[in-house]
Parts: sequence; structure tokens; C-alpha cells
Amino acid sequence: MEEIVLETRNITKIFPETIANKNISFKLKKGEIHALLGENGAGKTTLMNILYGIYMPTNGEIFINGQKVTIKSPLDAIKLGIGMIHQHFMLVETLTVLENIILGLKEYGFVINKRAVKEKLKEIEHLYSLKVEPNVKVWQTTVGEQQKIEIIKVLFRGANILILDEPTAVLTPQETQGLFKILKKMKDDGKSIIFITHKLEEVMQIADTITVLRKGEVIKTLPKDKTTKSELAQLMVGETQACDFLRKRKETNETILSIKGLIVYSDKGTKSLKGVDLDVKKGEILGIAGISGNGQKELVQTIAGLKKVAEGKIIFSGVDITNKHPRFISRLGINYIPADRLAMGVAPNLSSIDNAIMRRYYRFPLSKRGIMNHTKALAYTRMMAKAYKIKLDNPFAPIKLLSGGNMQKLILAREILENPKLLIASYPTRGLDIASTQFFRQKLIEIANKGKTIILVSEDLDEILSLSDRIAVMYEGRIVGIMDAEEADKNTIGLMMAGAKA
Amino acid sequence: MDHHSIYISLLANTVKAGTILLFPTIGEIFTERAGILNLGVEGMMLIGAFIGFIVAYTTKDPYLGFFAGTIAGGIASLIHAFISITLRGNQIVSGLALTIFGGGFTTFYGQKWINMTLNNTLPTVKLPILSKIPYIGPIFFSQDLIVYLSYITVLVMWFILYKTTMGLNLRAVGENAKAANAMGISVYRVRYMWTFFGGLLAGAGGAYLTTSYAPFWLDGITAGRGWIAIALVIFAMWDPLKALFGAYLFGGINALQFQLQASGTTIPSAILNMLPYIGTFIVITISSIIVKTRHVRPPKELGIPYIREEK
Repeated sequence: MEEIVLETRNITKIFPETIANKNISFKLKKGEIHALLGENGAGKTTLMNILYGIYMPTNGEIFINGQKVTIKSPLDAIKLGIGMIHQHFMLVETLTVLENIILGLKEYGFVINKRAVKEKLKEIEHLYSLKVEPNVKVWQTTVGEQQKIEIIKVLFRGANILILDEPTAVLTPQETQGLFKILKKMKDDGKSIIFITHKLEEVMQIADTITVLRKGEVIKTLPKDKTTKSELAQLMVGETQACDFLRKRKETNETILSIKGLIVYSDKGTKSLKGVDLDVKKGEILGIAGISGNGQKELVQTIAGLKKVAEGKIIFSGVDITNKHPRFISRLGINYIPADRLAMGVAPNLSSIDNAIMRRYYRFPLSKRGIMNHTKALAYTRMMAKAYKIKLDNPFAPIKLLSGGNMQKLILAREILENPKLLIASYPTRGLDIASTQFFRQKLIEIANKGKTIILVSEDLDEILSLSDRIAVMYEGRIVGIMDAEEADKNTIGLMMAGAKA
Repeated sequence: MDHHSIYISLLANTVKAGTILLFPTIGEIFTERAGILNLGVEGMMLIGAFIGFIVAYTTKDPYLGFFAGTIAGGIASLIHAFISITLRGNQIVSGLALTIFGGGFTTFYGQKWINMTLNNTLPTVKLPILSKIPYIGPIFFSQDLIVYLSYITVLVMWFILYKTTMGLNLRAVGENAKAANAMGISVYRVRYMWTFFGGLLAGAGGAYLTTSYAPFWLDGITAGRGWIAIALVIFAMWDPLKALFGAYLFGGINALQFQLQASGTTIPSAILNMLPYIGTFIVITISSIIVKTRHVRPPKELGIPYIREEK
């Protein structure tokens, strides 16, 4: 009989607008990696936040090592040996790595005993080959390093139950493998791990047991050895989705967007684009690959008119759009799906309706002589929801209550309905579940097949390879290579992303 | 008096006048570091000044007065803490209300005390050896005990902020309350504690004013010093050591204004009275520019209520 370290019985969590978890029961054994698999909005993160004391369950019980517990705050969770690595890292950027690691701990004295901390860091480095530079500020570290800091934080607290929420979302393939090694080592040390994800390959690679969640409910728990990717996908999505990715290449030799010697500074005052030259052909899907932070964000924001050009020129269909106003640019036919949904894609506290009509609220028929027609706005939003399969329980509720996938669909719909000539999609499927991702990719193909031009920025190489006609790779503020997708392979691009010369 | 001793006494007065500002500035720095903006400093100072004065007057013990004024400021700050932390109200409105409350309270109860003067003010205690140092001694070490307390406060608070777990928790809460909470820190407790601390020090600044620098009671005796303290927080870039310089700079303006008035200058007194406020404008402009170019910025969570269960 294996030891059960954590068990939930009939956990239910009701938010004002949605039921996030419905009667969830699952068991975590000692020394196993248990994947919680599910689409976005399936309730994985909510469940974990309940285990970590951030949310209180509306109903249900939690058992740790057979004892019934109430977890009222993260402090309770930490005391019970639960450690959580959040999807959005819980780090204080202005503090040093060391300060972040010992945050909230009392063992290191009133006056911080840095030497003791560093000794323990050495120990962990030795055990798990996790190395960090303790004295730098967190904002100066890379995403991969930040995740290491998060893991070290959990280890410092002696956690034996680890919860990782979408830990690989921001990592390079190499970093992901590194993480998996660490997780396996922890497992061998007898720690139990809950691994939240929607990526099937990762589940098959690392998990021992898999629990599939859908729409807030447990669908099935099964051992990895007795399942397949396609079975899991089916369980996750519910019904099998037919997908037809039939790209008919439509590109012409006409250049629709031409960028010459573009130099742009970041908010921190450093050069983030160091002379970018790029020609986009009319009707093509141009994929831009690269590890985030190498200038992709700045490049697309500059095209959309959101960043100031220091040097260089951007010409769109013969019009110079260098340093023009964003609305002027969007009126010319360039629409933009930003990378960070909550920060730039939507106004989180406004309703779905308000967000849906953002591009056209001031135009007839939604507005007449400056007076808005709310009936029309609602009708427009419903039409949009229907056409793009957006699940809108309550269109008047703040949009932040929607799941990532639904929110992203709404943004896509909003931009496509403006009938752009050039659509820029920045990380469009980041954090989305399978169904939404498929839907999204299909829509992109669909509009490209109609002769629209698309710039697709993504870290997901499979996505870039399957969608793009041509692929450009960015590294340290430059385009280091550009190739036809048919000639490209994952390995070459991967190396170029890491800075190897083409 | 020869020129020499005029300057010495001007600078010694600078330290005294600066101390009035130093306490509330340090207090507000720590409150803001926790993410709470308390615009009630002026109100808390007034309450501290008033309570400090009447306790010192009735007990004839200026130390007791100073202590009582300090506590009174702390208690007043709890109003703001309750509204902005527990009720998650608007911190700007709540702080302004506290300032107005302080003014109203002291005007109402202070009527019969107007123009009364304290006979025993805080006595000067010359520190052995240190007070003998030329220039430095008479300026910094021939003061009363509360001035020395302010030196210690600056050093101790600087140490706490940067070198201890307590300070670490505080900085984390003000920068990223969610992350701090995820690490088991009670955001509410930290915020209550440092808002109370800010109140104590605002009260101390007010009480020091009426038990030492201006030992009488007048309506609105703090004369906008609470607002200057809030400006000094920005000038100091939320750092206790820099607050010392800011406080003495304004203390200097204050002292200079009195010295000039006393010396019968031809500059109209209205202009002289404006000096601290003009100074505030200049300092805020300059420090805002510095803050912008050096990428120093206020604590990220400043003014934002913390709600744990928000989706």
C-alpha cells in the first residue's frame, strides 16, 4: 500500500460568476509526479490555490498524510510542507535573489545571517545542481533563473509536496529538460510533485500518474503507462476536434511592409533593436522565432506604433508609418494582438462587451452622434461570441473573469473583424489549451488563405513551423536569419535562437 | 554676537527645526514602504503637537508630553489603517480626512489653550566629549535628548530596513504584496504595524515642535510641516539616511526665516514665510526629475489595497 501524502475530497469552489471546481477528489502518493492535465479554465490553478491557502474552498476537505487540515493562508500551507511555484512568478523584482529566497523565513535571525543562507544555497546547489547568483537583483535575472529561484525558495522551506503551475510555459526546450532533471531528482528524494500543465508531451515525459480535469471536474485519473497522448487529448477536450490546417500559400512578390535599419530603445534605456531589416511579402505568414526578450516584443510594438523609433524607417503599402500614431496605423490596416492579454489586450475590469467593441465603439452603428447604442453593442458582442466560439456566461461581467482562451479569442475576433491587411499576432496561443490553440491556428490560416498578411511571433517552434511560410529568427535585437519554412528544421532554428551563427 | 556664533546658532537651530520634520518623514517612509500612502501626516502631527503640549503643560514634564504626543499620533494613524487596510478604502481620501480631522480636533479642543506657553521645555543635554568638537559639537551635540533620539532613529531604522528580516518583509509587502503573502507574510499585519509606526513618528514630530521648538499653542501650529514631510519622502527616495539631509535642508530654511525676521531684514515677512513652501516646490521638481532619470520609483504597491482572493 502506497502512502498518500495529500488528498482532496469533493473540493468545490464557486466564484461570483463561475464554478471553478466541482467536487474534485484526487490523491497524491509519496514520491510520485502527478500531472494535473486540463485545458485553460478547467480549474487546475484554482484547485492549487486552494491547496496553497490563497483561496478558501466553498466546500470539501483536504487531508495531508491522512490528517484533515484547513489551509487558511499560504503560511499554513508552508507549515504543512506544501510549496508552490506559481505560473506567474512570485518574486519581488527590486530585491536580491537571496532576499527573495529567505522572504518570510525566521530561521536566519532578525539580522539576516547571509553566511548561513549561502551555506544552505551551496548545499542545494550540490544536491540538485541548482545554481543562482545570490546578490543580483531579481529584475536582472532571466526567466529561467527566476524559476530556479522559485524552486530554491520552495526547497528552503523544506517542502515535501511541490506544486508547479505551468512551469515550462516560459522556458526554452533546454531549460525544460533541466527542470525535468531536477524534478526527477526531487522525486527520488521522496518528494511528491503536482505538475500542472496542458502540454501532452511533457506529461508523457515526466508524470507517473495523470489526472485530467475538464470544466472544473475530474474526468479521470490514470497511470501514465496505461495511456496515450491521443487518449489524454480526447479526455481533455471532450469531443475529438477535427482540424484542418490546410494552408494555401498565397504570398506574392509584392512587399507590403518594409523595415530598414530599425533602432529602438527599451524602457530601461538600453538598445532593444539594434538595426533590424525586414521585408514582409503580401499574403505570407511570417513567423518570428526567438527566446522572449530578444527584441520581438519591441519589433512588433514599434510596427504597431506603440514604441518610438530612434533610427530607421517603416514603410507599409507605400506609406511611411515611422513614429505615426497607433490609430493612424491601425486605420491603414495593421492590427495587433499583443503578447500580454491582461496588460495590453483587454481592459481587465471592463465588461466583455466594452472590450469587444473597443475598436469601433465610436463608429456607426454602435455610436450615433457620440451617443452609444448599448443594445447594438450587446448584439455585436453576441455575434462575435457565436462566430468565434467564445464562452460568455455573462457579457456584462468584467472580462478578467474569462479564461485565457476565451479572452484571447475575443481579442482575435475583435482584431479580425476590423478586416486588417496585416495582422500581427504576438504569442497568440501562449497559455491556451488545446482546443483554443487549434481554433486560433485555424483562424490564422483561414484569414491568411484569404490573402491577408500575418506576422506571427511565438516561442513555440512547432507553432511557427506548422503555420509560417517564412521564418525569421531574432537574437539580441537583430534578425539573425530568415528562411523558407519548408527548408527550416527545429534544430537549426533552436541553435539560432540560442545565438549560434547561421 | 559675532558672526561666528550667529552661524553656529543658526545651524543648531537648523538641526532642531529639522528634527520636527525628520520624525514624520522617517515614519511616512516606512508607511509608504509597506504600500500605504498616508496623507494624514499633518493631522497626526497636529494631534501629537496638541496632546504633547497639554500633557507637558499639565504634568510640567516635557518628556512625558513628548511621549504622550507620540502615542496620540500612533492612535490617530489607526483610523487610516482601519479604513485603508481592513476596509480597503481609498487611501488618498482617508488620509486627507485624517488631516482635516486633526485640524478640527485640535482647533475645537485647543481653544482654551491658545497662547499658553510651556515653561519647562526639553532641556539641553550637552554630550560629554562630543559636544567639545569644534563646530560639530555645538551644532549636533549640544541639543536635547529627543534630537539624539532622532539620530538613533535614523540609524536604527536604516539598519532595520536593509539588514533585517523585518525590513525585508516590509520592502516585499510594498513591492509585491502577493508574492510576500505567498511566502507566508501577513500583508495586513505588516501594513498595520508600519502605518502605526508612521503615526507614532508623526506624533513625535508634532510633540517635539510644542515641547521644544515652539513651546506654546496656536491653531494649526504645524503650519504645513506634515505636507513638507510627505514631499521629503520623495526627496529622500524612500531612504531613511537621505531623509536626514532633506529634513535638515528644510529645517535650515525654517531657521533662516526666523533669524532673518529677528534681524529686522527689509524682506517682507510674507515672502519669508513663503520660503519653506517655495522650497518644497523646488525640491519636489528636482527630486521628481532625479527619480525619473535614475529609475528610482515609489514602492510598487503604494496606495493599492490588498485583496487576497481576487481573481
